Amino acid sequence: MKPIETDFVRGKWDKEVNVRDFIQRNYHPYDGDDSFLAGATQNTKDLWAIVLDLQKKEREAGGVLDMDTKVVSTITSHGPGYLDKSKETIVGFQTDKPFKRSLQPYGGIRMAEKACSDNGYEVDPEISEFFSTHRKTHNAGCFDAYNQEMRACRSSHIITGLPDAYGRGRIIGDYRRVALYGIDRLIEDKQEQKDSTGRVMTDDVIRLREEISEQIVALKMMKEMAASYGCDISNPATNVQEAIQAVYFGYLCAVKEQNGAAMSLGRTSTFLDIYAERDLKNGTFTEEQIQEFIDHFIMKLRLIKFARTPEYNQIFAGDPVWVTESLAGVGVDGRHMVTRMSFRYLQTLYNLGASPEPNLTVLWSTRLPEGFKRFCAKTSIETSSIQYENDDLMRATHGDDYGIACCVSSMVIGKEMQFFGARANLAKCLLYALNGGVDEVTKKQVGPKYRRVEGDVLDYDDVVSKFVDMMEWQADVYVNTLNIIHYMHDKYCYERAEMALHDRDVKRYFATGVAGLSIVADSLSAIKYAKVEVVRDEDGVIVDFKTTGDFPKYGNDDDRVDEIAQWLVHTFMTAVRRHHTYRNGIPTTSILTITSNVTYGKATGNTPDGRRKGQPFAPGANPMHGRDTHGAVASLASVSKLPFRDAQDGISNTFTIIPGALGKEDQVFAGDIELDLNK
Amino acid sequence: MQGRIHSLESFGTVDGPGTRFVVFVQGCPMRCAYCHNPDTWDMNGGTLMEPSYIIEQYERNSAYYANGGGLTVTGGEPLMQLDFLIDLFTLAKERDIHTCIDSSGIAFNPDNAVQLAKMDQLMGMTDLVMLDIKHIDPEKHRELTEQPNDNILKFAEYLSEKHVDMWIRHVVVPGITDDNKYLFQLGYFIGQFENLKALDVLPYHTMGEKKYESLGMEYKLKGVPAMDKKILLEKKQVILDGIRKRREEEH
Repeated sequence: MKPIETDFVRGKWDKEVNVRDFIQRNYHPYDGDDSFLAGATQNTKDLWAIVLDLQKKEREAGGVLDMDTKVVSTITSHGPGYLDKSKETIVGFQTDKPFKRSLQPYGGIRMAEKACSDNGYEVDPEISEFFSTHRKTHNAGCFDAYNQEMRACRSSHIITGLPDAYGRGRIIGDYRRVALYGIDRLIEDKQEQKDSTGRVMTDDVIRLREEISEQIVALKMMKEMAASYGCDISNPATNVQEAIQAVYFGYLCAVKEQNGAAMSLGRTSTFLDIYAERDLKNGTFTEEQIQEFIDHFIMKLRLIKFARTPEYNQIFAGDPVWVTESLAGVGVDGRHMVTRMSFRYLQTLYNLGASPEPNLTVLWSTRLPEGFKRFCAKTSIETSSIQYENDDLMRATHGDDYGIACCVSSMVIGKEMQFFGARANLAKCLLYALNGGVDEVTKKQVGPKYRRVEGDVLDYDDVVSKFVDMMEWQADVYVNTLNIIHYMHDKYCYERAEMALHDRDVKRYFATGVAGLSIVADSLSAIKYAKVEVVRDEDGVIVDFKTTGDFPKYGNDDDRVDEIAQWLVHTFMTAVRRHHTYRNGIPTTSILTITSNVTYGKATGNTPDGRRKGQPFAPGANPMHGRDTHGAVASLASVSKLPFRDAQDGISNTFTIIPGALGKEDQVFAGDIELDLNK
Repeated sequence: MQGRIHSLESFGTVDGPGTRFVVFVQGCPMRCAYCHNPDTWDMNGGTLMEPSYIIEQYERNSAYYANGGGLTVTGGEPLMQLDFLIDLFTLAKERDIHTCIDSSGIAFNPDNAVQLAKMDQLMGMTDLVMLDIKHIDPEKHRELTEQPNDNILKFAEYLSEKHVDMWIRHVVVPGITDDNKYLFQLGYFIGQFENLKALDVLPYHTMGEKKYESLGMEYKLKGVPAMDKKILLEKKQVILDGIRKRREEEH
């Protein structure tokens, strides 16, 4: 790679692609408070008013304002689009105008058609014909390879939410590279990578060479797309505005070509702060201008949209994009990574108002500076819009340049990626274990015909032994289904833009997930500590339970049941680890569902813990609704006992509390009589 | 000595500074008309617990309480169980845990030398007392709580002599404890204490009413509306005025 002319501190980064090295050598930790922050400029207010107006129109139109039905979305398929060109300091939309959803058929043409027709649009017949006859999609490929058992598991929802009809998402390009190196150097680097592959043309080498070629095409298209907005991103960004714009263009290319359930941004704030600090020092820009750039950047991220079906929106409770941005954290050298830019990102929640997108995620450490902690707490209380994750836990695995994809999936930016794998319904698996593989809702034989439970009272050891066998089967069919999905996704719907912003040899996580953790833990606890009698229907299928006596419930810091939950995660993960994974992906699992637990509940019969058929599961690793009776800390303590090494793709806990339960308002209770008296 | 415990709460944010582990003891001689925990009155109810068990529960999640939080005992009336509290706080202080008692002061009896010696011992291990003065006027106090307030006010003086940090709590109930005359008088009384660290004025709410219904008890404040926040802040100012007056006089 051609060395870079720069006045930043040099190191490895100016000779090789190494963003982390650039950050570590150049960033300045900020220990102060939020008093330096600037409010919204008039331009920002004007632009946001346009957005609010469009949002209103979109709602009135039934949820979608406009859809492209003719032009298949690629990086360069659409000309530039604006809210108000004269006022935007950061530009770029997925299509040629805001709020117009793009057409992305590579994941599956039927899903693309349905997303249109359900919203009152029709995909151009020529496009439909082309993607049904001449160009295969990811979805078609999956169904060509699925076996009977996989299809049955899919329809009975024991395996559920599989990304086999749209983009898998969860891959984060290192969008910062566009700013730091410029496209020309990145192409040069990719060319060198291609020249460095093995000479023996095995499947792997052929695939890699083809993929790098695709990546180079994507990089060239990025440049072209940026040029259509009048921006030249061939070379490194020279100031913070250019840097933000370049990062955004990189991300924009990804969402022009991929409609994954989670399309996350990475960890950009401290990187961008380096440019901002230099510009402030040189007098290039004022604080107010820099805040305006960030406000406009975040505004754009809030307007990322995909064409979805109503069923999809039901699973995810809306049409979220999970533009997750990871903030703060601590470096491996012990310096915290909070910068003024970390504050500026959070400040957008005031300048533009509260919002779930982008998913601003604070990588929390006990060692973050007090000023930032206070600002986070304040912002959480006032906007309810911050997600927190445990940096002290994840830094041990991923170092200090990882980011979060979706809600909890951690990966080193530009060096690691994941194959997203939806989840296995463990509650249903438990019921299959009792019923010898017969589905409790459809009465079909879906799982293997293992021996069903005999007798009227459930015996703990018997149930556990049958459950372990059934979990082994479930993990087997689950992992193999995912092997097909990811093979086909790579083949027919490859993420060339995101992978162009990765190293040549990436570490791939093979992500699985589980749903129904607290239900199974409580059910097994009921069987162990109380008396659970079964109720069979006329076909001899167990459809209900009668529980006598009390039992420990997950969420109360009670080891008797918390240990069952730990055992469950470990046992499932052990079963997953036994299997071959596509491209030698490293198996992980998540305990994550945030919204889809409602849908899973609908497909699952009565469970021994007392949950009724159709009732929602608790989200992620949460205790079941209302069963945590010992206060929030005890509830959190149960969750925190789950083994991260067996759930490395993340453990999520959705914490809801009324403001009054978090403490008193300052006005009512100052906490210090002198403050009251001197007011 | 075992304590008679109503319940434990792992995430207390309104009972003392920071995030606190809260012990609700069982048993109280007061019969405050607005009490929202009438299920803690019975001196014979609750569960017996060892102090070591409670400290163990605290220690399990001590990380949550370490940063400015601690242990609070409320109730019920904690000072009815002095021996238990002494044992509990002895263990707490061995572990450097911040200790707080939320009390009505009703159990204080300066004429009982044995009890006073125990109180001295306990207060030596207590970082903060939140003293809830229900009413400054003796007669009104009796009407409201079925108990006199002379020893309660003496308890405040005692805490001052012992230099134990004190927060004063006062519940403002429309038509019952919101008379400006008495609020000022309350402020004037507590204004003399140098150990007064904070004033916590609590708005009356009606959430306790349901509890009475389910316990089959008569609710004396039926029909009394919840305290409005705006008025509450005005009432708080009246108490503060009383404090200011006293402080001016003494300086």
